[in-house]
Amino acid sequence: MKQITVLSGKGGTGKTTLTASFAALARNIVVVDCDVDAPDLHLLLHPQIMKTQEFRGPKLAVIDKTKCVECGLCRDACRFDAINDTIEVDPFLCEGCGVCVVTCPNEAISLKERISGYAFISKTKYGTMSHARLNPGEATSGKLVTLVRHNARQIAEKENCQLILIDGPPGIGCPVIASVTGVNVGLLVAEPTMSGIHDLERALQLLNHFNVPPFVCINMYDINRKNAERIVKFCEKNKVEIAGEIPFDPNVTEAMVAGKTIIEYSPKNIVSREIETVWKTLLSALNEE
Amino acid sequence: MIISIASGKGGTGKTTVAVNMALSLRDAQLLDCDVEEPNVHLLLHPKINETKMVYVPIPQVNEELCDHCGKCSEFCECNALFVSPEKVLVFPELCNSCGGCVIVCPQKAITEKKRKIGTVKMGMAGNMELVYGELEVGEPMAVPVIKEVKKQINNHKTTIIDSPPGTSCPVIESIYKSDYCVLVSEPTPFGLHDLKITVQVLEDMKIPCGVVVNRAGIGDRKLYEYCEEKGVPILLEIPFQRRIMELYSHGVPFTVEMQEWRDKFEMLFDEIKDRVGK
Repeated sequence: MKQITVLSGKGGTGKTTLTASFAALARNIVVVDCDVDAPDLHLLLHPQIMKTQEFRGPKLAVIDKTKCVECGLCRDACRFDAINDTIEVDPFLCEGCGVCVVTCPNEAISLKERISGYAFISKTKYGTMSHARLNPGEATSGKLVTLVRHNARQIAEKENCQLILIDGPPGIGCPVIASVTGVNVGLLVAEPTMSGIHDLERALQLLNHFNVPPFVCINMYDINRKNAERIVKFCEKNKVEIAGEIPFDPNVTEAMVAGKTIIEYSPKNIVSREIETVWKTLLSALNEE
Repeated sequence: MIISIASGKGGTGKTTVAVNMALSLRDAQLLDCDVEEPNVHLLLHPKINETKMVYVPIPQVNEELCDHCGKCSEFCECNALFVSPEKVLVFPELCNSCGGCVIVCPQKAITEKKRKIGTVKMGMAGNMELVYGELEVGEPMAVPVIKEVKKQINNHKTTIIDSPPGTSCPVIESIYKSDYCVLVSEPTPFGLHDLKITVQVLEDMKIPCGVVVNRAGIGDRKLYEYCEEKGVPILLEIPFQRRIMELYSHGVPFTVEMQEWRDKFEMLFDEIKDRVGK
């Protein structure tokens, strides 16, 4: 079983558009949305939820006011400033570490489980999908990503799928790390802007750090051809293969509004054809492994 | 006054709005809290006059004192400590630095040492004070770096905070205690979907918000319908224009080249000021 993660560093470069298109081109895959705090893949793949699973994230400190004498020891011990002067817990700041529990001389504090989100297993017309929804404002998205990937592997084994296709979140922090560890290929989607180049460099460093073989795809290359050329040179210098260059095309947004992948919406469009090229490059790289 | 700029979906133009709004003010302070992928400095080229390392405390175990009772690993909600009969293993990337293991160890075998996870840079771009953080590549936890960036908030100035994409803990940390939050979105299904999640976060946090529609003209009208229904004001529309897109691609804030937009950002700021009542 092989795994590909589509990622980018910078947000809005086209990860989800590409992942959904790959899903439309692929056969016998499990598709995964690891962007659990702002997931969008379902807007193009329209999954039918078959199974829902509760996700328990960090716990929350709860103070029993009948036992509390307001000594303030918990407030002073909390490194997240989650307990205020009137000895109330701020749920946005509490990390559920339990330091307040062990510091309280009156056993007035306990940790309560909280449901931080849901993981889903769904059917789409392109195969089974593993995805999730972190409740707005919750922490530990990395742990939910790990659960979503675990579910995907189980499905792939059960359904005898050879490939897991993962849509990653933006950035380089914990949910991204959880999305790329142990995958066979990472596709970096870059846009030819100064920010895009900077963020590509950091995302590539991340893949190198975790020994994930990288590929780069330049999206909307024609909005700044000089910068696209810079990305090509940067990739040559770092010996990273460019899997394809996709032009800017308003058809992509039209397809999104129609709730379709560009492959379905406009199969003969240049963007669709370039995405096919990228997909073929990735598949042959996986087969060579 | 603290104004944060957020979006949910990435790449909608948070940095563009943050930078151009800060430029339209006389002496703003701009904080880039997207420490995973900071971009503000690429548009403003600040002169950096101070760099600070960001450290977090992590446990270190004195094996001579440790009797491998396992209380520390039992306590640790992050699974950052593993106690075998012979040795205690610490997994620094998993540790959230709560310090609880030090408290619960009956043998007083645990102390803390510093671990570097990022950098905060401070400088000036013209009259604007700029602070940005950089998480080290491979480090999972952005929040301590964001906290360090936010420690630099100057209460005598208008502070503008460029937040990271998404709706989870780094975003919460960035927008926490803001007087107002500007949500930058694009009128597409992805933009709207992620905007709705962010509006819910802001409602929970009781931070007032308004929307800047970027790339207006693409997509559909659903975002406008949602804002109307929800009573979320639309503060400004930035049209989808190749010129604006190209300037951004070159790393140029578009109000520098398109003077007529300066006034619009000044008006945007005035409107926020009125809404906050400061």
